[in-house]
Amino acid sequence: MDHSLLPPAMIATQTALTDWVIVLPLVLALFGAALLLMLRHILHVPALVAGLVVIGIIACEVLLLVRVMAEGPLSMTMGKWLPPFGISFTADILGAAFALAAALVTLVVIIYAEGDRGESERGDGFHALVLLLLAGVTGAFLTGDLFNLYVWFEVMLIASFGLIVTGGRPLQLDGAVKYGFLNFLATTLFLLSLGLTYGLLGTLNMADIIGKASTANPAALTGIAALLLLAFGMKAAAFPLNAWLPASYHTPPAVISALFAGLLTKVGVYALLRSLVQLMPLSRDILEPALLLVAITTLLIAPLGAIAETNLRRAIGFLVIGGIGAVLAGIALAQQGGVEGAALYVFHAILTMTALYLVAGLIERRTGQRDTRHMGGFYAASTPLSILFLVLVLATAGVPPFLGFWPKLVLLDAGLQQAVAGDWADGVLVLALLVNAVLTLIAGSRLWAHVFWRQGGEGAVNEHETISLHRPGPREQWLGLGASIALTGLILVAGLWPNLLFEGARTGAADLVNPGRYIAAVGLAEVAP
Amino acid sequence: MDYALAVLVGLFIALGVYLLLSRSVIRMLLGVTIFGNGVNLLIFTAGRLTREVAPIVPAGLDHPAGPIANPLPQALILTAIVIGFAMFSFLLVLAYRAYQGLDADNTDTMRVAEPENTPHPPLSY
Repeated sequence: MDHSLLPPAMIATQTALTDWVIVLPLVLALFGAALLLMLRHILHVPALVAGLVVIGIIACEVLLLVRVMAEGPLSMTMGKWLPPFGISFTADILGAAFALAAALVTLVVIIYAEGDRGESERGDGFHALVLLLLAGVTGAFLTGDLFNLYVWFEVMLIASFGLIVTGGRPLQLDGAVKYGFLNFLATTLFLLSLGLTYGLLGTLNMADIIGKASTANPAALTGIAALLLLAFGMKAAAFPLNAWLPASYHTPPAVISALFAGLLTKVGVYALLRSLVQLMPLSRDILEPALLLVAITTLLIAPLGAIAETNLRRAIGFLVIGGIGAVLAGIALAQQGGVEGAALYVFHAILTMTALYLVAGLIERRTGQRDTRHMGGFYAASTPLSILFLVLVLATAGVPPFLGFWPKLVLLDAGLQQAVAGDWADGVLVLALLVNAVLTLIAGSRLWAHVFWRQGGEGAVNEHETISLHRPGPREQWLGLGASIALTGLILVAGLWPNLLFEGARTGAADLVNPGRYIAAVGLAEVAP
Repeated sequence: MDYALAVLVGLFIALGVYLLLSRSVIRMLLGVTIFGNGVNLLIFTAGRLTREVAPIVPAGLDHPAGPIANPLPQALILTAIVIGFAMFSFLLVLAYRAYQGLDADNTDTMRVAEPENTPHPPLSY
């Protein structure tokens, strides 16, 4: 083809083959999902196909992450259009690292599900929906276009709708109504703010928005940023928009809750991080009091909910919300330190929250109960499970040496620096972070004590076991427990050797706060602020 | 014309929010649809309105000769309509199944996932 005939808005050069690694994870996930959907009645072990696809995705994302760490952000624009016109996919360190964590968690969930799901559930399209969910999440992490982000949100949403009602028990339908309406409303609100962004700036390409936002009308832009805060806050389940999460996350099978807890709310806070810190930093500064208030209330109220709750998975749902508070604290602190802490926390939360739900699923399965009032005396029956649960509770609360400690440390450091500089509100935030850690520890250790430590269910006084336990089959034992141990091991290892994570978070945060490299990667000249 | 449409968008959103505040699931469904249509209209208006100039580039030119209607909002809205319709149909079926399974079309009586009169938090430990 003679490129001289093309108008100047088109890319004339061929995309380098290695650059395709940005979209390859998505292509794999979407094709894998389509294949599994078509063959769902034929395949005997769909988990094998799904697992291989996810391993392929992990390989691509490792390659992508290594490249991005070495060379800085990487971008590819679709359909040969030049960046502001075509839809860009832009991977920076945060996006690539979160996408990798999401794929790892999905692999663990697929293995765990093999031990968890019965023969009667074959052919219900579970694996296709899981891959579709992963496609949505990966797309949201890697896209460089605001409207494309909306599309990936909807892909993720429809896949999660399918997963939450799989099985169709009344409990699930109840949870799905609340989950469905509120999340659909949140994405529609996101679409609304997106329309206003287009009206104000005339562009939806993220790199282009960064350049144009600095000269736009600050009042109008802050209005848009506030709407984005509302929409993403709802997706992330930040207080006071968190009601849908404890109402729905405990309704589907535990393996699906685990996937949701690891992926869905994290995409919400990631979108908040990117849109407020990177795209509209001036509006973020204006919204800072609101962000601080939301972060502090989320940090304080969520663990209190976990303490009051007796349903095991609902209690863990409140711990997930508490984690969102920590990320919001990072966004409210902004600057290098806050963003670094928030990024580390998202990575930690993707792994830890999933593992927590997986272990809760094993506990529920063996006790046959969902309520901690009817559990107890489990320590003697299963020592590995009790150790796993305790480790994960400590990791969630941020006790060293587990992974959860490092992001809290970075956040506290950043908060203290700003508090010493005279910002009293940041001092309150630091206090809230500390109180949150203590309350989370109380909530988690109470759960542990109730499930494992006391002799029997509530009111039991004798020394004999009063709880009848279901004996796990070999499949359940090896796949379920093995997958949970592997994920917890990863959390432990990442907590003991966090250097690589710190390095990644530092560079990633620097790219968010000073987006020069990001804009250059997309191919747009940076406009001086 | 832009102002009239802006007012219309406001009306749509207000009506959508009002219906969404209802406890009846059917009204909430109507609210979601009207809200979504309000948002689509907003994107349409945000792309600036131009009358009767199709965005067609004449043969032999790289760019259109004069001012043209903005084609991008139409692409955005088309995507949003398709997605919104899919979501709406899912919610419609979900509401029907919930009505069958829970015997409730009122969110106040949907208490399976969040039972009323839950016991006090345990006092041990």
